[in-house]
Amino acid sequence: MPLQIAVCIKPVPDSKYYDKISIDPKTKTWDRSGIPMVIGDLDKNALEAALVLREKFQGKISVFSMAPEFTREVMVQALAMGADEAFLLSDRSFAGADTLATSYTLASAIKKAGNFDLVLTGNESDDGSTGQVSPQLGEWLGFPHLMNVVHLDFDGELLYVDTLAETGIYHYQVKLPAVIAVTRKVNKPRLIGVMGLMKAKAKPLNLWTAADLGADANRLGLKGSPTQPGDMVSPDTNRKAERIDGSPEDIADRIIVELRKAGIIG
Amino acid sequence: MESSDNTYRILVFAEIIDNTIARNSHELLGEANRMKKCIKKSVEVIAAFIGNDVHAFADMAIKYGADTCVIFNNTNLEHYRSDCYGDALAKIVKKLQPEIVLIGATFFGSEIAPTVAAKLQTGLAAHCTELKIDNNERFIQVVPAFGGKVLGEIITPVHRPQMASVKPGIMTSLYDEKRTGQIAYFSEELSDFGDRIKFAGITPVKASGKPLHEADCIIGGGYGIGSRENWEVLTKIAALLNGATGCTRPALDEGWTTGEQTMIGTSGVAVRPKVYINAGISGAAHHTCGIKEAGLVISINKDENAPIFNSSDIKIVADWKKVLPVLLEKLNQLNDAGSLK
Repeated sequence: MPLQIAVCIKPVPDSKYYDKISIDPKTKTWDRSGIPMVIGDLDKNALEAALVLREKFQGKISVFSMAPEFTREVMVQALAMGADEAFLLSDRSFAGADTLATSYTLASAIKKAGNFDLVLTGNESDDGSTGQVSPQLGEWLGFPHLMNVVHLDFDGELLYVDTLAETGIYHYQVKLPAVIAVTRKVNKPRLIGVMGLMKAKAKPLNLWTAADLGADANRLGLKGSPTQPGDMVSPDTNRKAERIDGSPEDIADRIIVELRKAGIIG
Repeated sequence: MESSDNTYRILVFAEIIDNTIARNSHELLGEANRMKKCIKKSVEVIAAFIGNDVHAFADMAIKYGADTCVIFNNTNLEHYRSDCYGDALAKIVKKLQPEIVLIGATFFGSEIAPTVAAKLQTGLAAHCTELKIDNNERFIQVVPAFGGKVLGEIITPVHRPQMASVKPGIMTSLYDEKRTGQIAYFSEELSDFGDRIKFAGITPVKASGKPLHEADCIIGGGYGIGSRENWEVLTKIAALLNGATGCTRPALDEGWTTGEQTMIGTSGVAVRPKVYINAGISGAAHHTCGIKEAGLVISINKDENAPIFNSSDIKIVADWKKVLPVLLEKLNQLNDAGSLK
C-alpha cells in the first residue's frame, strides 16, 4: 500500500551561530539577521523515517511548516533531502502562535492538502523544545499519537512503535492514520547532495496563507493562543565566579581542597 | 469532589513509576502546597491517579501534600497508552475544574500534558523552572525562552485550567506523616479507543551508574568534551568520588553518555549535588537552570567569556584536557594511598 506521509518541520537558526543571536527585551523578538536557518535536528530524523518508508512502500512525502516566508530555503532543503512537495504556511495572522495555535494551523493544512496515512514530526524543536506540537497535532487530527519514539517499523498494515520511558522501552502496535514523534535514536538522517538540490528546484513548493487553509481565524496566531508571553527574566544565579589560575597541578590541587571541604573526599 | 463550590483547586497528576509515586509528582504536590499559601481562597490540592489498581498509593500522596486523591481505575489503564491516559486525565479535570493543573515532565507526562491541554483547549507551559502566584493571584509560569538564552514568563489570562509541566528536581517535596486527606473514586467511563494503539510489552532498561539525584558530586560534560573516548576521564573521576556524570543536550545527542537520565537542565533533570564540576559546557540557560540548587559549582572552559562562568563559584579558564587528567591522576594516588575515604 503506497503511503501518503506528512512530515512537519521547523526552521531554526543554525546552532553554529547560536552565540551571535541577540534578543531585544523590549519587543521580545530575536535578532536573527545574517544567521542561516536550517531544518531542525530531529525534523531530519522524521523526514528520514518518511524516506525509508517510501522506499519500501512507495507513496508520497509532503513537508509542512508554519514559518515566515524568508525560511523558504529550509523547505528547499527538505525537498533536496527527498520530499516530494512542500507547504510553507506563512501569514501575518499566524504570528504569536503558541503550541495549540501552531498545531491547529498545521493540522488545518494537513487536512486540506490530502488524505494522509501518517504524520511524522521531531520529538521537540531545537529552540522551543516544548515537545507539545506533535501530540496536539494528533488531537486536532483525531489520530492516535505517540512520542519519544526510538524505533519505527511498518508491515504494510500496522506500525510497530517503540517508545522510551523511565523504566524501559514500551512496544506498541498502531493502526494508521497516526502521528508519530521521533527521537534521534530512530535513524541517521541522510546528507543533502548536489543532485538532491538540483531536483528540489523542480518540485512543488506551495506558499499557503490563512485563506488557503480555510481555517477558523479565531484559532490562529496570538488570537488562538491560550498562553501569552509576559516579562523576560535573566537567569539569575548569583555566584561569584572566583577565578583560579595556575598550572594544571595547582588547579587540580585546588579542586581537591574544595572536594575535601565539601566532604566528598576524606 | 464537586466543582460548583468556591474552592480553588490545584490538581497534580500523580504518576506511578516503578511501583511508587514518581519523584516528579510528589515534588509537584509539595509545590502546590507552597502555592496554596499565596491564595486567599480555600485551596484544595488534588492528586489524580490513573491506572489499574492504583488506590494503594493514595495514602502516600496525602503525606506528600494531597488534600484529596481522585482515583481513575480501569483495566485499560494497566499499561500506558497516550489515548487512554489523556482521556482519563481530561475527564477528571473537566469534572473537577481546577484552576491549575501540574504535570511532571516525565516521558509519559510530557505526552499527557499537551494531549489534555488540546482536549480542553487551554494553555500549557512546558518545562517550567518556577511557578509563581503574584499579588493579584495570577499564576505565572517561568520557562526557558529563545533557545534557553533567557527565561520568559507565561500567563494564561482567560482559559482554564492553567497547565504547567515541570521537570524532576526543580520543585521541593514535603512529607508529613500526620497529614490527613480524603480518597475518592472517579466514576466516569473511559472512552473506547479500540485497538488503534495496542500495548505489546515492555523491555525493561536498568539505568546504569548512580542516579544524579543521589550523587553528592556530579561531573558534568558538554559538547566541548569532543568524543566518547574523551568522556572516559569524567566517568573515572566520578567513580572515584562515588559520584555521577551528567551532561548537556549536545553531549547526549553525540551519544557520549549513557542516556537521557543523565541530562541536566530544563529538558533533563535539575540537580542539587554538594559539588558540581563541569568541563566543556558553554552554559546555555537550558543547562544552568538545572544547577541552580547545586552547592559548589566549579567550571572549566577555555573561553573566559563562556556564560557558564556566570553560574559558577570557581572559574577555571583552561583546556579541560590539561586539567582533568591531572586531577584524575592525583585522585588515583589518593585512592591507592587509601585516603579517599
